[in-house]
Parts: sequence; structure tokens; C-alpha cells
Amino acid sequence: MIQISHVSKNYGAFDVLKDCSTTVQKGEVVVVCGPSGSGKSTLIKCVNGLEPFQSGEIIVDGTSVGDPKTNLSKLRSRVGMVFQHFELFPHMSITENLAIAQVKVLGRKQEEAMDKGLKLLDRVGLKAHAHKFPGQLSGGQQQRVAIARALAMDPICMLFDEPTSALDPEMINEVLDVMTELAQEGMTMMCVTHEMGFAKRVANRVIFMDHGRIVEDDSKEAFFANPRSERAQQFLAKILHH
Amino acid sequence: MYEFDWSSIPGALPFLWEGMKISLEITLTAVIIGIVWGTLLAMMRLSSVKPLSLFAAGYVNLFRAVPLVMVLLWFFLIVPKFIEQLFGLQPGTDLRLTSAMIGFALFESAYYSEIIRAGIQSVPKGQMAACSALGMTYGQAMRLVILPQAFRNMVPLLLTQAIILFQDTSLVYVSALADFFGAAYKVGDRDGRLVELLLFAGAVYFVICFAASTVVKRLQKKFHPA
Repeated sequence: MIQISHVSKNYGAFDVLKDCSTTVQKGEVVVVCGPSGSGKSTLIKCVNGLEPFQSGEIIVDGTSVGDPKTNLSKLRSRVGMVFQHFELFPHMSITENLAIAQVKVLGRKQEEAMDKGLKLLDRVGLKAHAHKFPGQLSGGQQQRVAIARALAMDPICMLFDEPTSALDPEMINEVLDVMTELAQEGMTMMCVTHEMGFAKRVANRVIFMDHGRIVEDDSKEAFFANPRSERAQQFLAKILHH
Repeated sequence: MYEFDWSSIPGALPFLWEGMKISLEITLTAVIIGIVWGTLLAMMRLSSVKPLSLFAAGYVNLFRAVPLVMVLLWFFLIVPKFIEQLFGLQPGTDLRLTSAMIGFALFESAYYSEIIRAGIQSVPKGQMAACSALGMTYGQAMRLVILPQAFRNMVPLLLTQAIILFQDTSLVYVSALADFFGAAYKVGDRDGRLVELLLFAGAVYFVICFAASTVVKRLQKKFHPA
């Protein structure tokens, strides 16, 4: 589904990504972790072309992301993305947030889009909030709406960029629950997250990044049982003791 | 001791009202064109296409670096000839109002574009990323998500600029156009009561602008209660 081969990116002399390669199979859940500044968010944003990269290739469902001939908007409409800061549109109600891209990008009818949006809103447990505005919801609720908004586009895979990092601790689980459910239904997912409990529960593979490199790329069992690199061992020791 | 004589004002009110209509007409045209053209300029300036951003930067800097009166005179002298040729009008057709409107609109666009640019930049970058991630084009993202939020943040500033613009319309006296100020001047000159008429005109400008500013302040509180 997602093939990343030898991707490098730099800002001037600073290398953000160095020769990163990995793949995500259909139905697979891959968690990307690592210390801050390791390039994990940048990598996931390269997958749908939100961040350009200088060399290497990323193929999503047979389409090359870096190819200038690729219709990026079209590709992005098929790849769902959830952001750290939710990025709901504050001037629109929750239903409008859910419907707008369906109508404007996919060309669905307003009613059809509303219906679909409400169904998904129900699925993330927020049907009662349909007519509110994003500012009236808690962070966890907003993030669940953001997930529903991405799902409304019928994505072929979902990218999560630190979806729980901006949340108060008591709201993290409600978002992780939605993500877990999604994973169990067979959605292809690539998640940048520090939630190792989530990784242990649902990930098929774990990628560990440090200084722009993919240091480990292993099944979750192997990664948690005996990480090979010293950097990953230190990272896990720090994170898991909390 | 100077003795005030206000008696020429009541009779002149219809004429003054005609002047006020011209002032308002110029203000309204300049605000509308200024916001539309200013928005385009702001988007050009923020664009990654170099020629566009250079053009917009040049335009804005040029108009912000010359006095308004001078721009009005240029347009008063140049635009009528240009329009006469373009539309094949009789030489000497009165185009003072049109050229004043065009002059103000182009001049104010430079100021509006700076306000709008700041407004666009006040919208968090993640909003554009979210639009892109949903498959929206740049144009859709701007129209549906970025600009509506930017304008909401900018309403007080845009209105304040409109109030300044309304005051500045008095500068059309350089083309002898009878806007409100020009009309007051003409009446005062005719009746030898210039002081009274100018005091009266000043009072009217004050009342209108002060009232408008108060409304803007209220709006500001409504939009940004803090």
C-alpha cells in the first residue's frame, strides 16, 4: 500500500530524513516512534506530499507521490490524515466540517455527505454534538471528529501524526479506542505516536527513528522484547517506566 | 470679535447632501474594489511564484510611499484622457468622479492588501495542511477555509481603514469635485461664511466617524471577547 524507498530530505545543510525505506502492507498497522526531532512527523507528512522531499521515492497505492505529474490533491483525497492539533475548521459546525470535503472534493451531494458524516459521528460517539462548533468540544472530542472527517472520504489508508500529543491525559484513551477499533476493522494505518500501550495492543510493526534515520523496523514482538539498537533501548526504558 | 452666522447652512443642506452622497459613493467603491483587489494582491504577495510576489510587493510599496493627494492628481490628469480614448467619449466629458474612484480604489488596495496579508497569516498553518490533506486545491482551501477565518479576524481593521478612507475622500477637492467637504467649501465661499461652513463640515465628519468607530469597537468585543 505504502512503499517508501531511500527517501532523504534536508533543510539546507540540516538533514531531516536520511535514506529512509520501509513499506506498509494493506491492512497493516505500523507505529512510528522515536525522540522528538527524529523526523518521524516529517516522514509521515511526506507520504501524502504535505512535505516535499529531495530524493528517493514514495509510492502510495501505485501512485508516485514525488512525481510532478501526479495529481497530489486527488491522491490526498484518498489518504486520510489526522493531525496533532486536530485542525477542524473553527468557522464551521461539526456537520459542515464532516461534509465539506466530501462535497467539494469528491463531488457528493450535500445530503449524502451529511448522512455519511452523521453516521461516522455516531461511530465515534459524538452524534449529540453534530450542530456544535469545534470550539465547544473538548480536545478529545475534536480529535474524534477529525478522525471521522478523514474517514468520511473513504480513505484507502490513514496517517496519524501524534494524534494524542496535544490532549489532556484523561482524553487520550477515548481517541486511542477509536483508533484501535479502526485497526481491528482492517484499516491500513501509519501512526506517529508515543503511546507504546497502543503500539503493543494493535501494531503489526514498529519503526523507531533517530536523527532522521530509520533505526529499527521490526515486528512489535521483536521490538518490545529485544530492541537491537542502544538508542531504542534507552528510549523504551524511559518511556515504558512511566 | 467674530460673530458667527449659521443662517446659510439650512438652505444649503440639499446641496451638502449631494456632496455627502459623492463622498459615500467614493468610499464605498474604494472599499469594495480595495478589498477585492487587496485580497488578490495579498495572495500574490504570499504566493511562492516569484514574479507574482515581486509585483505585489512593488505595487504595495509604491502606493504606500507616495502621498494620496498626488495619486489623486495623477489620476485626475491621466485617467480622463485614457478613458475618453478607450470608450471614444467626447473630450471634456466630466470624469472627475470616475477618476477619483479609480485613484482611491488603487491606492487603498495597497493598504487593504497589507491588512489582509496579516489576516491570512494569522490563520494557523495547520489549517492549510488539513485542507490539502483532505484533497482540496489551493483555491478551494483559500476560499472555503483560510479567507473566511482571515476576514473574521480582520473585520475591525478593515472597518477602521474604511473610516480613514471616508475622511480622506475630502482630498478630492484637488480636482474641484463637490464631495461633502468641497460642497461645504463652495457654499461658504459663496456666502462669505467659510468659517461656519468648515466648522459645520468638521462636526459632521466627527459625528459620523466617531459613531462608526464606536460600532467597530463593539464589533471587536463581540468577535474577540477578552
